[in-house]
Amino acid sequence: MCEKLALSEDILMQIEKPERYIGCEYNSVVKDPAKVRVRFAMCFPDVYEIGMSHLGIQILYHMLNDMPDVWCERVYSPWVDLDAIMRQQKIPLFALESQDPVKSFDFLGITVQYEMCYTNILQILDLSGIPLNAAQRGDDCPIVIGGGPCTYNPEPLADFFDLFYIGEGETQYRNLLDLYLECKDRGLDRREFLLRAAAEIPGMYAPAFYEASYREDGTLKSFVPTEERVPRKVRKEIVDHMSEAPYPVKPVVPFIKVTQDRVVLEIQRGCIRGCRFCQAGQIYRPVRERDVKTLQGYARELLKNTGQEEISLSSLSSSDYSGLQELVNFLMEECAGSHTNISLPSLRIDAFSLDVMSKIQDVKKSSLTFAPEAGSQRLRDVINKGLTEEVILNGARLAFEGGWTRVKLYFMLGLPTETLEDIQGIAQLCNKIAALFYETVPKEKRVNGRVQIVASTSFFVPKPFTPFQWAKQCTKEEFLEKAYQTRTAIGSQLNQKSIKYNWHEADASVMEGILARGDRRLCEVIRRVYEKGSVFDAWGEYYDNARWLETMKECGLSPDFYTRERPLDELLPWDFIDCGVSKDFLRREWEKAKREETSENCRVKCQGCGAAGFGCGICAVART
Amino acid sequence: MKVRIKFRKYGPVRFIGHLDVMRYFQKAVRRAGIDVVYTAGYSPHQIMTFAAPLGVGLASEGEYMDIQVNSLPEAEEGLTSCGTMVKRLNDVGVRGLDAVSARILPENAGNAMASVTAASYTVRFREGRRPKGWDDAAADRLIESFLAQAEIPVEKQTKNGVRTVDLRPGIYELSWRLDGFFLLADASSGGNIKPVLLLEALLSHGGMTLEENALFVTRQDVYTRAASGNGTETFVSLGEIGFEEPVTQAEQERKP
Ligand code: SF4
Ligand code: SF4
Repeated sequence: MCEKLALSEDILMQIEKPERYIGCEYNSVVKDPAKVRVRFAMCFPDVYEIGMSHLGIQILYHMLNDMPDVWCERVYSPWVDLDAIMRQQKIPLFALESQDPVKSFDFLGITVQYEMCYTNILQILDLSGIPLNAAQRGDDCPIVIGGGPCTYNPEPLADFFDLFYIGEGETQYRNLLDLYLECKDRGLDRREFLLRAAAEIPGMYAPAFYEASYREDGTLKSFVPTEERVPRKVRKEIVDHMSEAPYPVKPVVPFIKVTQDRVVLEIQRGCIRGCRFCQAGQIYRPVRERDVKTLQGYARELLKNTGQEEISLSSLSSSDYSGLQELVNFLMEECAGSHTNISLPSLRIDAFSLDVMSKIQDVKKSSLTFAPEAGSQRLRDVINKGLTEEVILNGARLAFEGGWTRVKLYFMLGLPTETLEDIQGIAQLCNKIAALFYETVPKEKRVNGRVQIVASTSFFVPKPFTPFQWAKQCTKEEFLEKAYQTRTAIGSQLNQKSIKYNWHEADASVMEGILARGDRRLCEVIRRVYEKGSVFDAWGEYYDNARWLETMKECGLSPDFYTRERPLDELLPWDFIDCGVSKDFLRREWEKAKREETSENCRVKCQGCGAAGFGCGICAVART
Repeated sequence: MKVRIKFRKYGPVRFIGHLDVMRYFQKAVRRAGIDVVYTAGYSPHQIMTFAAPLGVGLASEGEYMDIQVNSLPEAEEGLTSCGTMVKRLNDVGVRGLDAVSARILPENAGNAMASVTAASYTVRFREGRRPKGWDDAAADRLIESFLAQAEIPVEKQTKNGVRTVDLRPGIYELSWRLDGFFLLADASSGGNIKPVLLLEALLSHGGMTLEENALFVTRQDVYTRAASGNGTETFVSLGEIGFEEPVTQAEQERKP
């Protein structure tokens, strides 16, 4: 235990942060390989600090390691310095705990959290010595299985995976592993196992058993199984009773500082809100809460088992959690004597949250965050963001009275139906907030002299399984024009000196959209781009947009085809996945959006999205 | 009250940098339920200091950290409170960062960092990395002639460029023992001597060169200067300062 190293002293002394590769962290699980039947490598295809901050991996890691016959280990992308050395010296990629080569494992699970990590997936396979194309893998290779939000449209990755697990990992892994062991005992081959998994286990999608055909204009003509036994539609798996689901109360404690350097308490899954651009709001439906009392127990155990000095709540929209006050009060009491910080992301700014925040942070140093996403009420109605100017200004007033002087605002540019007026609305809203500060806080009480408003815009990327999945995505030029208009509009405000404006890169947003709504033909593009040297595309400094565009051209594909508005009757590459939310509901929402009509959230009124079919969470409780 | 904890560092965790070792112990101390004192303010931190930072990749048999505690843990059966602290740290620790001992420091003891004056090391050649021309039997003679020099100037990389420093006054002992070197040298913040730098100088004195990563260095202990009986000063291990509180009457009776 904690003895072996896959990398030599020479290499470890030469690379940045060798701690990324040595394992040995507290709470990492080491088992006797002779006593387990399944070796599982769980991978987050990005650098250690990012991957270690992901809760989903920790959940599955502990769930799998609680099974006596399974040993689950972690794998992350080697950073560019080690990547080069491994290629040059032909060192195979290894898992952290045992330091054994990934290729010798039974399974390689890869979580796919964002589109710009697709080349990193190929890096992982390549460095492991696993053929990139699933079709070329023999019985000496692990079963490569993908999961995570991007696998709700797995098609651009179809060639590279043996299986995709659609939905939440907690439910079917045991069944899958049992089937694997049975097939192994009976001497069945890889193909037979995959076929049975796809046919018998809910949520499993084996791309090899489906065939796509295209029309002359490039659109999808048909998408059908090639094997009788596999389902035409793959339905997502979900946990129906969150409080009984496994929770990683002994998370691995990294030596180095990682992005999420704290323990995380997942209070609920899903979101009641249905903002029309938001994929998470749809694919995790219905919202399911964890019980407050159970969470209190987890919080205590997490802190005791890790020694971490900070605990953070995690959910898409914490303010909507029904037990929030009780939980927060408990945490404040619990943490008061033990020098533990509390962090509460995704809270709505109101009297309650401001009161809590004033108790747990230094008001002078912290900032308020609003995410109106759009500058005008009209456009906020289109996207169904139920945040009004009045609510924002009220929250800001309360905050200014409480001593806050920093405000962060998040917006999106390029949303469907957006006009110049909506963009100017961004600047006007920022200006109003600044004016409100000077109005609310008398001169002698202005802590830092003036208010600091930071407005950030990202570019809207239409995602599968959202009401905007049919929408047109802007081109790079359109995006940049919009950013320029925003900057100009902010510059012409009275309080422009108090407003700082940041915007995202446009190149990567366009490519993200292409991959998000892409089809199988993009597999070839991803493979070629990778072979030309692309990796870590999510890291601005390594992203080579020209290379992506040139490769698309080589493959006879055009970006415009993927960013165009899609007609309602078009067969979409992800239509064979059933995420619980019906296409009919998404279409209704898309039409309502165009009429600037809003929809109530799940707590106020059920919109009949289809997720009630799961028979759990908010759909199954009576509304008040 | 201040407690000094001695720990080892070996195995893969040798590659953890000094700052991360500090972060590791901050968490380990919390897991172990040690009643450590925090500073006041919005971002309180534990009152904890470390003696001479150890370079990445080096092993050590004698590392030290001082912590301020409000109280000592209740002694477990057969152990002192200090021993209990050590046991608890190891119960919630990783292999390779093992606590060895804990001692209560006298009120007037200097802090671990500031009081360090010297450190001892053992240094071996790695498998296959003996310098060309090296001869164990000739080691003593080489060292003798090396130390006989009045000055040992070497170039040292500093923040402000390359500087020449004289190693000779900081070498307190250098000898060859069976299969490796033993070294006692200056480890104070102003005059710290890196074993690799010194060994390079020794080999170049003998007309040899050292390959990269040719040495496996283990720090054996860290010392401070203390007055000895006859008016001279000697090196005292940081681990010898302070005391382990005596085992209580009841515990003594329990012992056979
Ligand atoms: S509040 Fe809106 S944007 Fe946020 S998670 Fe819910 S649906 Fe998505
Ligand atoms: S079925 Fe109704 S309550 Fe359930 S998630 Fe859909 S809209 Fe919300």
